[in-house]
Amino acid sequence: MSKCICDFRLIQSYALPSGNRIMQFIPEGDCPECFPGQFIEVKIDHAPTALLRRPISVCHYSVRDGLTLLVKPQGPATSLFTELPLGSVVNMMLPLGHGFNTDIKPGEKVLLAGGGVGIAPLVMLCDCLAEKGATVHIALGGRSANDINGIPQLFPKAERVFASTNDGSAGTEGVVTDIPIFERLADYERVYCCGPTPMMKAVARIARASEVWCEVSLENHMACGLGACLCCVENINEAEGNVCVCTEGPVFNINRLTSWQ
Amino acid sequence: MAINLSVDLGAGLVLKNPVLTASGTFGYGHEFSDFIDLDKLGGFIVKGTTLEPRQGNPSPRMAETPMGMINAVGLQNKGVAYFVDHIYPTLTRFDSEVIVNVSGAKLSDYVAVAEALAPLDKIHAIEVNISCPNVKAGGMAFGTTAAGAAEVTSAVRKAWNKHLMVKLSPNVTDITEIATAAEASGADSVSLINTLLAMDIDVERRRPRLSTITGGLSGPAVRPVAVRMVWQVAKRVKIPVVGLGGICSADDALQFIMAGATAVQVGTANFIDPTVTIRIIDGITDYCHRHNISDINSLRGII
Repeated sequence: MSKCICDFRLIQSYALPSGNRIMQFIPEGDCPECFPGQFIEVKIDHAPTALLRRPISVCHYSVRDGLTLLVKPQGPATSLFTELPLGSVVNMMLPLGHGFNTDIKPGEKVLLAGGGVGIAPLVMLCDCLAEKGATVHIALGGRSANDINGIPQLFPKAERVFASTNDGSAGTEGVVTDIPIFERLADYERVYCCGPTPMMKAVARIARASEVWCEVSLENHMACGLGACLCCVENINEAEGNVCVCTEGPVFNINRLTSWQ
Repeated sequence: MAINLSVDLGAGLVLKNPVLTASGTFGYGHEFSDFIDLDKLGGFIVKGTTLEPRQGNPSPRMAETPMGMINAVGLQNKGVAYFVDHIYPTLTRFDSEVIVNVSGAKLSDYVAVAEALAPLDKIHAIEVNISCPNVKAGGMAFGTTAAGAAEVTSAVRKAWNKHLMVKLSPNVTDITEIATAAEASGADSVSLINTLLAMDIDVERRRPRLSTITGGLSGPAVRPVAVRMVWQVAKRVKIPVVGLGGICSADDALQFIMAGATAVQVGTANFIDPTVTIRIIDGITDYCHRHNISDINSLRGII
């Protein structure tokens, strides 16, 4: 699959209660297909101090609807990006990285666990797995109800959506792994997870203990996104050592990620 | 008007145009082959290669700073034997020059790497890195004294009879002394500048942004320093100078050439625009047309 640099036009943009933003783009020219778990590198113009592109997960991609991103205004550059007016044209490099393994059999029961802006790649993954005949459950983790509100609507093909919040204002009080489904995780054939590292480590630990197949999507700090700068490495296991998250990942099966014990 | 962009760095290293990619910013070339035709480059300098495999430094390895970035990769690579057996065969098909950046912790490492590369027909030049700020031993330690630079250059010179480029550190009091020492010890060219030793602190978390505390600053932020150093060195040495440091455009590249560089390297800008090298080559051609310049060599060192 060939990577390309392509201009996109912003056609829709709205804020979720969490303050994160859903932004929908259509390509200005030919654009290669993106798969769940892959990411793009966007160039944010006019951010006074930003030099590098910003890696952002593909939230959704289809030929009909174009490219959707879920973006957290984290620093000056991403804040400027989320405030772009409709019609703005931005330059992106895509598709990057290895996404989730979606090679499943119809009827499989899968759990998608996400926290914060980490739910982004799970949106497209949910559609993809449901279309392949999986029964998809979603587990969302947030600090409060504001982090959860508006999110279940992004998963129209999910059979169930569970939630947890640190303050108990929505769903189970606690963290995502406090949701009772994690007590019987072996009910699921697969678990996919993207969120803050402590959350992914907790999910991976339970999946390992329950002997459930599990993939996690890492979000290491990146520069190039192409495997050239070696800035985003993760020490994944003793044999392979440091590997580039941008090209070997960002999605890793926990069987390969044995450094996460 | 036909424009000559070809430059001769001496000792058998002739480039079809003056644009090279800087070591550590361009992988082994194939990472960029979706975006550009690598054969349009003057050449590319592959990732720093050491005798033994190196895991590099722990994460985090990178911090973005105003118009720049600080890295502390620490020469992660699979070692020269792996390079010779697995990577070199993928590079022989290119028409562009492929230059290997050679790094080491001790003198005998540099020599052993040069010896291992010597039989490779496609490799007409090595760039000896005596300026990496991100390794505990070797690296910059050799490049911060004239005696150290002379020692490494002389030792590698005995093991390598093709073009020998020596990459200099800017983290010195007088870079012209180091350049002069490398020249006197047998270097065919010098490249400068490697990254500037730098540091960035996350005040909210009250800790450094890099695992190694300090790292090397690159990007447009360093360019004026680099142009000044290239100008100083080009006035002092007779061997060709290869200029690098924050080059993002044809104008940037031309600054280095006018300051005295025979060729340039493009580094950090590859991370932002993987096609930047081609834009720079095309931009230099446009500049020559606009200014009625028939040979890029006529612009060298005019300042």
